[in-house]
Amino acid sequence: MTLLAALRRKVDRPSLIASGAVVMLLLIGSLYSSNFVSPTYLLQQLQIGAFLGVITVGLLMVVLLGHVDLSIPWVVTMGGMMATAAGGFGQGGVALAIPFALLCGLFVGVINGIGVAFLRIPSMIFTLGVNAVVQGLVLLYTGGFAPQDRATALMHWLAVGAVFGVPSAALVWLLLLFVAAFVLRLTPLGRYIFAIGNRERATYLSGVDTRMILIFCFAASGMCSALSGVLLAGYSNMAYQAMGDPYLLPAFAGVVLGGANVLGGRGTVAGAAIGGLLVTILLSMLSVTQVPDADRRIIYGIIILVMMLIYGREARIHV
Amino acid sequence: MVFARSNILGTGLPCPPHVQPDELVAMRAIDGGAKRMSEPSQAPLLQLSKISKRYGGVAALDQVDFSCRGGAVHAVLGENGAGKSTLIKIISGVVRPDEGAIFLDGHHVSFATPAEATRQGIVGVFQELSLIPDLSVEANICLTSPPSRIGIVNLAAQRRFARGLLKRVGCVDVHPGELVRNLSLSRRQMVEIAKALGRKPRLIILDEATSALTGEDVNRVYDLLARLRKEGVAIVYISHRMHEIAHLADECSVFRNGRNVASFANGDHTANEIVGMMIGRDFKHVFPERRAPNRAFHSAIEIDRLSWMDRVKNVSLSIGAGEIVGLGGLDGQGQRELLLALFGVLRGVTGTVRVNGVDVAISSPRTAKSAAVGIALVPEDRKTEGLILPMSIRDNMSLASIARFVRRLVINRKSECAEIDQQVRDMAIKTTNTDAAVDTLSGGNQQKVLIAKWLMTGARILLLSDPTRGIDVGTKQEIYALIRRLADQGAAILFYTTDYAELIGCCDRVAIFYDGSVRRELRGADITEHNIISASLALEVTADGDPETPAQ
Amino acid sequence: MSNVRLWLAQNYAPILTAVVFAAMFGTYIGESSAGWKVAILDTAANNAVVLAIVAMAQTLVVITRGVDLSAGMIFIMANCIASALVVGSPGEVGLGIFGVLLAGTAAGLCNGLLVVLGRLPPIIVTLATGSIFSGIALSIRPTPGGSVNESLADFMTSDIFGAIPVSLILLLAIIVLIWVPFRMSVIGRYCYAAGSAESAAYMSGVPIGRAKLVAYTLAGLLGGIAGLFVTFVTDSGDAGASVGGTYTLNSIAAVVIGGTSLYGGVGGAIGSIFGAFTLRTIDDLLLVFRLPPLWQPLFQGFVLLCAVSLGAVRIFRLHNRLDGFQ
Repeated sequence: MTLLAALRRKVDRPSLIASGAVVMLLLIGSLYSSNFVSPTYLLQQLQIGAFLGVITVGLLMVVLLGHVDLSIPWVVTMGGMMATAAGGFGQGGVALAIPFALLCGLFVGVINGIGVAFLRIPSMIFTLGVNAVVQGLVLLYTGGFAPQDRATALMHWLAVGAVFGVPSAALVWLLLLFVAAFVLRLTPLGRYIFAIGNRERATYLSGVDTRMILIFCFAASGMCSALSGVLLAGYSNMAYQAMGDPYLLPAFAGVVLGGANVLGGRGTVAGAAIGGLLVTILLSMLSVTQVPDADRRIIYGIIILVMMLIYGREARIHV
Repeated sequence: MVFARSNILGTGLPCPPHVQPDELVAMRAIDGGAKRMSEPSQAPLLQLSKISKRYGGVAALDQVDFSCRGGAVHAVLGENGAGKSTLIKIISGVVRPDEGAIFLDGHHVSFATPAEATRQGIVGVFQELSLIPDLSVEANICLTSPPSRIGIVNLAAQRRFARGLLKRVGCVDVHPGELVRNLSLSRRQMVEIAKALGRKPRLIILDEATSALTGEDVNRVYDLLARLRKEGVAIVYISHRMHEIAHLADECSVFRNGRNVASFANGDHTANEIVGMMIGRDFKHVFPERRAPNRAFHSAIEIDRLSWMDRVKNVSLSIGAGEIVGLGGLDGQGQRELLLALFGVLRGVTGTVRVNGVDVAISSPRTAKSAAVGIALVPEDRKTEGLILPMSIRDNMSLASIARFVRRLVINRKSECAEIDQQVRDMAIKTTNTDAAVDTLSGGNQQKVLIAKWLMTGARILLLSDPTRGIDVGTKQEIYALIRRLADQGAAILFYTTDYAELIGCCDRVAIFYDGSVRRELRGADITEHNIISASLALEVTADGDPETPAQ
Repeated sequence: MSNVRLWLAQNYAPILTAVVFAAMFGTYIGESSAGWKVAILDTAANNAVVLAIVAMAQTLVVITRGVDLSAGMIFIMANCIASALVVGSPGEVGLGIFGVLLAGTAAGLCNGLLVVLGRLPPIIVTLATGSIFSGIALSIRPTPGGSVNESLADFMTSDIFGAIPVSLILLLAIIVLIWVPFRMSVIGRYCYAAGSAESAAYMSGVPIGRAKLVAYTLAGLLGGIAGLFVTFVTDSGDAGASVGGTYTLNSIAAVVIGGTSLYGGVGGAIGSIFGAFTLRTIDDLLLVFRLPPLWQPLFQGFVLLCAVSLGAVRIFRLHNRLDGFQ
């Protein structure tokens, strides 16, 4: 296979269009202020984008199966809360803060997976319910207030630090991207995920344990959301109520703008990453240019629609 | 299961229990009598003149002339890819021809949409059912234009209309308010036909309409076709079942490579000649030679008192390495459920299964596929259960065996592709690019991909569920040869089919199912039409060969 | 199988939901210290009816196998427009009401056009349009405020004959004038067909595009009605995004609890109405049983999860695992 063909195989149309949109956004922004194309700003966007991007990696795995994960908002919050809470437990706590938070996210993800895979409840409604339960648990634990615990030093460094100028948050994101891409492209698990997203029935009859794979993907989504919560808490040095709420719809938008098909079976890791970056830059520019909140919401919605219309619409009929 | 009608009437077997005497008369009427009794109009109702249709660079139809007349059954035969489906799509208005003209009653017509064709009286009943599962039978029958007043559905009129049509197809036991979802596949097909009749067709196209039907419903369809012929309706009938066509058709057209190779009256050519026209080469044997039966029996899989709900009752069966055992009997007697049970799909199965002498508990397809058990199931619905149509041929083929190509967590693409290419060569799958989606292949080639997928797992026990359904004669032959080859190499094969000719031609033994249990096992020379049919109907055969009344 | 038995078999879900709601509401009234007072009934009904109407809107879309993530946003947009227009003389009030309903209908039509002509997945379309509608709401009401014609608001939120809340009468009117004609109409049947098996419906010549357009537009109208009504209840307009989001998600929950399938083709608005009533009664029950406030969100979430999981019980009765797959 020639290099060009291999490249064309790896880079699909939505990723290209999304990348083009990112470039265009920055160019338009540069007309307003040259700061928008400065390295400082771009690196900052990578950093902020990582908080959203980490979520999109996990969400992509779920969307590829043809499902959704609406428990993201409160799993993010829970991740931040659990990490800061553990950090208040002395030296051992500080060391285990991040793993503990990830474990909590994993646990919630497994519950989601069991509901969808074993109980066969539509993911939209089950993860919605789980979101409400996690919210209840977090509120119960914190007594309704923002916890006094502070983020650990590691959490803070991961969120705001840098390695050779590259934000460490972005590096965490990049690491996750590599792992996800590795799994999806090179391992049998990746093949099974795409197969399930296309037709679970036939995949089951091919001798694949589809239930475990569903649980795996939801667990991954839970862990990624918790990780984002850890980073967010590290950024603000503390966790606060409902800190995950603003991230659900942008995460979904990022995944879809990256070319993933909401019905499952199609999508790329690179696309989800670029989509997440696109959404981040868009929201950031709207906020920096002091566009009124009302207009911000309208422009955000219009741009999503325009890009979806450009991507090439679905085949006429679902078969 | 379709049994050739003349056989029943000719060999002196009594009528199947469900057939009433006046229906018997109707049955006789189809066999030859009606061809002379009814007087179909001589002028063609529909005429296609020099029709061509190209897809990309390939000619699906090339300068085709075709005509059919009212009051006659015109059978269209041909391999998959020969142009039959394009022909009926053009007739029913789904696609437009690139060249040529269509004449209806001598007038030139052109259909922009299927709805236009329907308005002119052309209605099609296709393989893909067009029923809505969550709506009732009557809602489905009147789907496109229900009787209504100011936009609100007139329920009483709808009920009357549906009841009338159900009576016409002979299915008065179907409640019009029942959801289609709760009907069996056979019943759904009958509702589909009733729906087509509701459009008042002058020409009705039946594309493999009987393939999903039980024996009873097949009879009902034959009766219906006889009545339609009397009423002067033109019928275009597509089927791969030669004996069905031999008894139903007045005229036949054979298509090959997009051309109408021959149109003739039924009876002008023998079945062999017709098949020869279809595949364009001489062929003598449909089924490969059977091996000599004396071989040491080495049991590959032993089934001991297997039961599931009330669909499978105490089935005990043993299949040896190198044996092809057929599952015969009427449709829906538990054969499919047995295969599903062996593959681990059913819950609550009791009994024992031993593979190579070792008890195994098969709780899921994954266990069944595992090396310790080594069972493979080729499901009968290849489009939704066997293959994943949007995915590539390559990905489909390796889906069940991908674990074999994994080295240190990663799939070794090179060895995977090498093996896939080898399979494509061995099975003679007609494709130029294995990266293309599998739904670009014809039905026969898709089935080959499906079988290759399971061969790649190295399974030694193969469960084949109606593997040749909806497949052209040429590919069927290849599959029969393949099955025999696999058996010769030591595989144990359990073969469920609704076509008793395949049972006779392919199998070393046949287990006839009735009401969930094995009624009778036939071996070697005992596998005859007579024995299969009588066992299927649960008839006892006395010593002098005359069947008695059915056992209760 | 008699006609009655068939009807029961096909409608058991909304009936079950109604029974559950009746039990819960009965418990609430029984345990409430205030007992049976019409004022309590009025308040409960007002709150429940708002969600019920949004749930009805969501039902229409879900039947076609779509989802409307903008339902809550159409609702708050209508609320904000009402808080600006439905004031003044009766003539102005009448015009204002017309304006609100028109806005809701137009919003629904937008959704429909994008889904049908744009051929985009409903979940993404409504996610984007929800943002747009929310922005429009915010530009009309940057801060909560505005007002509404007082006498009309008083009337709509109280009761008549001292016993029946006007809100329930409004709900009944919507059912009789909008839902029932839709359910029994040809276009309504087309919607169910499109949701149940779109490709089969297309092959049968069902005008799927037209059907979906009607569903989304009607949903927008209902969202407008809900937003108008809540203005009477709160006497102001509030464009806070979280309110809209909560209503959207609650409407989806109500739809599922009421027996409508998220896969389309099955269910109806009656079940969703009882689903909404049930959700609201859970909140009231928690208050009445004096659960510590901190436990309330957890309990609410847990009950929601259980309620939507009830449908999963049938899974355990499946003997053929293939039936568990779509």
